[in-house]
This record gives sequence, C-alpha cells and structure tokens, in this order.
Amino acid sequence: MSGTASTGTGIGARLERLEDARFLHGKGSYVSDIAMPGLMDVAFLRSPLPHARIDRIAAPEGAEAVVFRNEDLTGVRPIQALSGLPGFKPSDFPVLARGKVCFAGQPVAMCLARSRAAAEDLVQAVTLDLTELPPVTDMLAARQPGAPLVHEAWGDNLFLTTNVAGDIETVSSTAPIVVTREYRMSRQCMSPLEGKGVLAYWDDRHDQLVVVTSTQVPHMIRTGLAECLGIEQGRLRVIAPDVGGGFGYKCILQPEEVCVAWLALTRRHPVRWIEDRREHLVAGANTRQHHYRVTAYADTEGRLLGLDAEVTVDVGAFSVWPFTACLEAAQAGGNLPGPYVVPIYRCKTFSVATNKPPFSPYRGVARPGVCFAIELTIDAIARAVGREPAELRRLNLVPASAMPYTTITGKHYDSGDYPASLALALEKIDLPGIRARQKQPEPDGRLIGLGLATYTEQSAHGTKVFASWGIPLVPGFEQATVRVTPDGGLEVRVGTQSIGQGLETTLAQIASQILTLPTGVIKVIHGDTALTPFSTGAYASRSIVMAGGAVSRSSAVLATRLARIGAHLLQCDPAEARLADGRVYGPAGDVSLKEIAQVWYLRPEQLPEDVDTGGLEATVGYKPTVDTGAFSYATHAAKVAVDPETGMVEILDYVVVEDCGTMVNPMIVEGQTYGGAAQGIGTALYEEQPYDAAGQPLASTLADYVLPGATEVPGIRLFHLETPSPYTEHGIKGVGEGGAIAPPGALINAINDALSGLGVEIGETPASPRRILAAILARGTGTTAPVAAA
Amino acid sequence: MKAAAFDYVAPTALEEAIRLLAGAPDEAKPLAGGQSLGPMLNLRLAMPALLVDLGRIEALRRVEDRGDHHAIGALVTHATLEDRIHRLADGGMLARVARDIAYRAVRNRGTIGGSLAHADPAADWLTALTVLDARLGLAGPDGRRDIALADFVRGAFTTALRPGEVIERVLLPKLGAGARWAYYKICRKPGEFAEAIGAVVLDPGRRVARIVAGALGGAPARLDDLAARVASDGPASADPETLDRALDAAVPGLDPVGRQLHAVALRRALDRIAPGGMS
Repeated sequence: MSGTASTGTGIGARLERLEDARFLHGKGSYVSDIAMPGLMDVAFLRSPLPHARIDRIAAPEGAEAVVFRNEDLTGVRPIQALSGLPGFKPSDFPVLARGKVCFAGQPVAMCLARSRAAAEDLVQAVTLDLTELPPVTDMLAARQPGAPLVHEAWGDNLFLTTNVAGDIETVSSTAPIVVTREYRMSRQCMSPLEGKGVLAYWDDRHDQLVVVTSTQVPHMIRTGLAECLGIEQGRLRVIAPDVGGGFGYKCILQPEEVCVAWLALTRRHPVRWIEDRREHLVAGANTRQHHYRVTAYADTEGRLLGLDAEVTVDVGAFSVWPFTACLEAAQAGGNLPGPYVVPIYRCKTFSVATNKPPFSPYRGVARPGVCFAIELTIDAIARAVGREPAELRRLNLVPASAMPYTTITGKHYDSGDYPASLALALEKIDLPGIRARQKQPEPDGRLIGLGLATYTEQSAHGTKVFASWGIPLVPGFEQATVRVTPDGGLEVRVGTQSIGQGLETTLAQIASQILTLPTGVIKVIHGDTALTPFSTGAYASRSIVMAGGAVSRSSAVLATRLARIGAHLLQCDPAEARLADGRVYGPAGDVSLKEIAQVWYLRPEQLPEDVDTGGLEATVGYKPTVDTGAFSYATHAAKVAVDPETGMVEILDYVVVEDCGTMVNPMIVEGQTYGGAAQGIGTALYEEQPYDAAGQPLASTLADYVLPGATEVPGIRLFHLETPSPYTEHGIKGVGEGGAIAPPGALINAINDALSGLGVEIGETPASPRRILAAILARGTGTTAPVAAA
Repeated sequence: MKAAAFDYVAPTALEEAIRLLAGAPDEAKPLAGGQSLGPMLNLRLAMPALLVDLGRIEALRRVEDRGDHHAIGALVTHATLEDRIHRLADGGMLARVARDIAYRAVRNRGTIGGSLAHADPAADWLTALTVLDARLGLAGPDGRRDIALADFVRGAFTTALRPGEVIERVLLPKLGAGARWAYYKICRKPGEFAEAIGAVVLDPGRRVARIVAGALGGAPARLDDLAARVASDGPASADPETLDRALDAAVPGLDPVGRQLHAVALRRALDRIAPGGMS
C-alpha cells in the first residue's frame, strides 16, 4: 500500500521547509505579535535576593487593585511536581513567592498596567521588605551538614539521592589502571530567540479561558494549568502559536503562565506577559549545572573494567512540572556509561536544592554532562596507558555485532554501528595529519589539539521509561488525525508542537509517502488543544518518531479506505486497486483521490453499500513495538588551536558523523545537528551564569552572558550513516537533541590534547580563556581550584 | 526592560543643547548614538527626566583639518571612521580600530564622543585616542575648554565633564612621516568588549613615543619609561621581563590572569610595530 516516491516529497526527500516562507518573510506569528483590543501588560516584581524572608509587600497607594501578591491569587494552587521515586522530597512552588523567596529572580508580585513600561513603573513603586537569609548556591556545599536550608522542613538540601550499587570492589583493588577525575559544568540559560510569552483572555462564546503561550507542550500545559487554577479542562483552551525555539525551557509549566491565566480568568480581561532577556538570564538560569567525581578502572591496554561515579545536580529551589527535580539525575546516572561497554558500574546521584532558579531539562537532558564526563575520562585513561585516544574508543565502544545491546544500566540500544561513526570521523578529521602537524611547532605559537566524543541519544522513549523515572505525566500512544478535504487535499492534526524543528514539513512528508500526495496539498495543524488530539508534546526527541509514526499509521488507514472507494468507482476488486501518484489504479483505468473525495463528501450516492463509515478521516494511536527508545548516535571530532598565552581557542575543523536511522528529510536533520552543535559549542566554550558568594547571578545582559555567534560557530562538516531502527515506523529515530550533546566532550578533549605537552587538563565548562589561562599559570603551583568567572 | 518615562528634545544648535542640559543638571542627559545609554535606559540604570538628543546638531558631525591636528566632531560615528569617509593623517589607525568595535549595527549609530563621555574602560576609543595623545574640545555653560584625554578620564565611567558640559570635538594630532602604530586587542569574540588592549605609537618625527595598556579597571595606563626605551633602542629592547616590570609599575595589583593578558597584549603590539609589522 505504501506509495512510491513519485511525488518527490516523501520520506527521504531533501525538501525545503514548508514553514520557512512565513518565517523568512517576517510573517511568523508569536505571542508578542498578537494584538487585542484592551490588551494589558503584566510585569513581575522579582526577588532581588537569593534567599530572604518576606516581611512586607505593599502596593503604592491607589494601585492596590493592580498589584497582586500570593495571598491575592484566590483559588490558585502552587505548582506541585511530585516524583514517584522513593525518598523524593516534594517542594511546593508557589506561583508568587509566599513567606520567603528562594532564588534571585523569583516572581514576588504581579503588576498590571496599560503597557509594559507602565507595569514596570508599578514594579518599581512596590515596597518589598525582605530579611536576608543565608543563601546556599554551591551544590557541594549544599550537601554538607550545617548548610543553609532551602526548605527548612527537610532537614537537608536533598530532593533525592539514588544509588546504582555495582560490585566495584571486584575491580577496584586489582585493576592496573585507575583514573580519578572531577568535572564541573556551569549553570546555563537556554536562550531561545523568542523568550517565554503568555497571553490569556476569556472567550464568552465558548465559556472558555484561552491561554496563548509559547510552549512545546500545549496539551500538558492545559492539564497543569487546570490543576493549578482548579478549573475543568473543558473550560480551558491552550494555543501555542509560532514558537521561536523551546529547548526544554518551554516544556514546563511556568509560574508566570499560571499568574497570567488566573488574571484573565478572574478579571475577564485580556492580559499578557512577555519575558525580556534580563528576566530570562536571571530567573531562567536553570540548566546544565552538574558535578562529577569519576573513577575509572581499566586494564593496561585501556579496556574499561569498571566505573565508579558520584553525580551531583544543582537543581535549584523547586521541582518543575511535569519533569520534576529528579529527571536530570536519573538521566545522568543511567547514561554515564554512554556508548561504551562498562562491565561493572556504581553510581550515586544527588539532586541538590540550592537558592537558584528551578532546574529544567535542556536539549540533550543530562547527556551533555555525562558525555563530557565519560569522554574526558576515556582520554584520561588513554594518557594513563600511553595510547591514542581514538584506539581506546575502538576498544571500548559497543560493537555493531552486539546490537541490539542492553547496557549495564538497562538502556536497550536498538541498532547502529558506533565504531563505524568513529572510523569515518577519524578519516574526515584526518587523525594522522593532525598527529604529524603536532610534531612541529606552529608559526604563531599556538597548540593544535584533536578531541573526540561519541554518544548515544535515546529518543522517543516511552511509557515504561518515563514511569520508571517517577514523572507525574507519562507518554502513551501518540495520536494523529488525518483528513482528506473535499477537494482532495489533506489535513494532518497532531498534538505535538513545532518549535522550529520543521515538523510542518516532515510530518507532511510522511503523509505524502503513504498517500502519494505532494506535500503542497498537505497541511499540518498543531499548536491548539481545541484542534488536535492529545499529546504530551515536543520533548525527548520524540516528535518525528511518535507523531511521525501516528501520521504514517493513520494515513495508511485512509489509504485503505480510499482504495476501497476507488475500486468501487473503477468496478474492480479492492485487492487489485493500487495507490500511486495521488490516484487509485485498477486493472483498467484509474481515479484521482480528488474524485474519490468528491464522491465521499458531495456525491455519496456513488459510494459502495459497504463503505467504511469512518470516511476520509482517521485518528490512530501509535507507539513503537519496543518503546524503550530508538537510539541515535554520533561521533564528533574537533580540531582546535589553543593560544597558550591568552587561553583563546579557535575551532579549526569540526566533523560530525551521525546516524538517526531513516532520515525523513536530510536537510532538516542537518539543520537540527548544526543548531544543536552551536548550542553545544556555547556550553563548551562560552555560556555561563556565574553566581557570586552572596548568591547573586552576575550575568544580566547578553554582554555578560556570552553566546556563540556567527564568528564562533565553524562550518560543521556533517556526514550521515543510516541504520533504521528495527522498532519504529519507517526505522526513524529522533535527532533533535544530539547535536548539543557532544561538543563539550569533543572540544575540551581537543583543548586538553593541545595542552598535554604543558601537563594541563581542563575539567570544567565553559573552557573560557580565563579558565584555560589560569590552569596554565597554576602549573606546578599545585593549585587547581576552580576559577571564578571572568 | 522598558525605559522609565522621560521628556525628549532634539535641538539643532549646540548652545541650545547646553542650555537645556545646564538648566537641569541632575535630571538631563545628552544622547549621542545611544549604544550605551539606550540599554542603560531600558535597564533603568539611567532614569533621566530629560533626554537631550544631540543628533540634529550638524556641526558635531564635521571633521576639520586644522594644520597640525584634526578636529573630529563628537557625533562622528564609528562606521564613518571605519569607512574612511574623511582623510586623516593617522596612518589608518582610527579606521582599523573602528572596524573592531562591537558590530556594524552598533558602529552605524555609536559615536566617538559618546563613547568617550561614557568612559567604559574596555571601550576602544579610550585607549586608542590616549596612545594618540588626543585632546578633547568641551563646550559647556561657562564656555569652551580643551583638555587632554588623559586628564579627562578620571576612572571607570567617570570623567571631568562639568554639569551641562558636552564633548564637542576630538582634537587628534596628525602623525608625522615615518610614524608607526600598533593596536592589539584581546577579547572573547569579535564585538565583545576587550579583556586587554596593548597600544603603541612611535612617531620619531614628532619625538613622540607612547605605550598604553587599556581595558583596565579605570583609565588606560601609560608606560612612558618603556616607551622612551623603545623609542631609543627599538621594540626588541622591551624584552618580556622589562615589559612585565613596566606593566607592574604602571598597573599594580592585577590578578595573575589579567596581568598575563595585559602583558601579552602589549608584547604583541610591540611585535607588530617592528618595521613592516604595522597593523
């Protein structure tokens, strides 16, 4: 039944994105583009202190009715994100601070005015009396007894500790090679081009609160908002218009969303809040911050015998809904062995509360951290045994012959050839050429280094996986609705969300493949709970696998029904009918889908007696046969030049060899990978929200928070392998996050390779010039203390 | 991040602008290109009641040849200098320095006078014009005066401007025949503010030698003894140890990383000033 590629727009076509015409012409429609009569603006008074008791919040005289404090939000419940994992300590996240403030930037009061500027005037006029409490902003210090407590009732600062109790003693005393390292990743902001924004109004005709919000997960937001507001979901419609990047920042329920929705619900007046960059940098500094202590045991060749790790995640003050405070550590603990064969594994994780914004999962979710930790460790072992790091990877990578392979932590790698990606990356980056060049001094005094990182990207992991992480909202079957229009076009409705990843194109390509219609007549509709089937949304690199699978299955149902009606019109046996080129062919003649559609909708007297009354619309749910995830993977190889006098790093070459199974649209895969790699380069070399000793975030504008730009992101050379997943529809694997995972590992390995002659190793992101220089200057002095931000 | 309310006037005559500024010295602020003041208004770090836009005062955009020096109007943009719209006897230095200020959108609006009045220690003009021995022509309610740039900058974001006074022009000495200059900036990425700047001008015809370390905690530092030595014995005489000593004397108390970066910036500037190495 599956169609031929005759449309040229099916699976595998390198198609320009259908949505780009509006984006490139500036005609995208984002929350802040929406104009409504009487629309009012909200600005939030945010805590200037990381930890303090609230003594008084007082509106300026005459403005009492437009300044809202926690106690004014009648009927609003705090955001409660409970993990089902045993030992988890819950934190109520009040949408406006109650009693005390727990991080700098926490919303304290909501101010309503005719314009944002006037709302900010109000914010400045509100009296906020605080009594400072000692803050805790270092995650390791927060673990110590006697540390200030973020949640006093807990008695400590631990949301959760977990333990994988491998029998490490069997190798720890006998292994000839023992390598111990500490690694740190700095706190980051996700920095989507479009910040968060939410607009809400009351719709009398539908008796509904309409919340237009920049989100990756409109259906989940409906569920979460309804819980917090205490209203039925039938009285709540959530719309996500064009969303200018999500990266995880927009897959959680945010307090500002609840506040604005409550205001529109109770005041029956349209109102909006548009996040600005300072708010994002201060209150949205919520991700990536991990600490690792890793001891690896190996034989004299460098073969891994065991891995012993302690992972600490700086979770911030509260647990986010629905991913909780513990997803990150669960992912870190489960993924640290990465693509390598690790026979024995022990790992303890700590999810630590601090006076910082609540941690949210960011593109790659924990894996940039674990990839960084394991890849630096592999290089450290290589140095310890005196072997080429590439050789060590060849020795330890899971071989293709072992697929499918279940790791020591139970991750089920479905397919792929990891060593092949390494081999191709080495060939493209020219390993022998780099080693030869390193033997000669560079004319400009810089040092050349090569760094590698290989990772797996679990994508579209489903029900059991999320249930095992104790997440309150677990994905099940993903549904798609496909509907032939009376003129023979096609509408595809999905509950997941396009946030820039090109779903309006790729989902149309899948429908095009099955129904043999060109994408030009296929419209993908998403971003509105009133128009689409339920979906938990766009996260975990799941949309193309899950929604794509559902579109494929529902299109196949329609194909059967179309063929049946077509066979009747052609007066042939349905078994003889064949779908191709947008037509049904019989042994003698053919009929177009357009004609069939016209018969179904307008000339039903021509239908067969026994026609399927479902008609030309179908909703089908889909889940892969094995739903533990389809694992994409890649090897990144970086060639850098480090200036040992200034600590400056230039990326001379960057090669990616990736395999995401069947590529629905190779150009979109490439775009995803380039974009992800750019963010990974940011993690590796630039991005950091530093906190001073008093717990104050130091980067409040993009002059302080350095993002990579056009001059920092090199031309990435990308090569594909294509190993279809045995478990998913069309063999598709997700690829949205992968690009961001490997750059910290690859680039800092490259820097360390360059600096190896100086006996200097960097173990912290970002590898800023200041950090690199400090490490070089500290050589021989025995001081390796982490360096404060520039 | 929206500015607090303010009144806005855009006079066409400098005298009118000065009158307005002097009339409300604590509440009024002059606006040039707005590339620093604009963000400060939006962040509410600056909340003037009155903004006096100098942008319509044509005289401030003029560049004049005055024999031994140029008079560059305070509102001449970085882009104008980058594009070499005016012929300057500066060995191409201003154009080269301008090219690496922020990025083009900023250079299109940002002005030489605005940057100097803002006195951000990491800004390029402060260091580049210090090494070139520039003076500033100021205009205020009490009339006009000239001041050496070195005396104008009192510290980070602090200048000798009096209430109601604005920079009218930059007085740039012409370089003599055979003059050489070098300017080396260390910054994390193009367009970012500098972490360290080393600047050198050797102008034997005018018997001028200047070495300046910039992007410090305050005003740029002149290393005059080192400059004199380089002028008499050549750039090679500034060996690393001598240079470090001169830097420590001129800028005591730098942290080890900062000291290293400033020393490297100076050394690389000196490397580039060797004959044929001008940049």
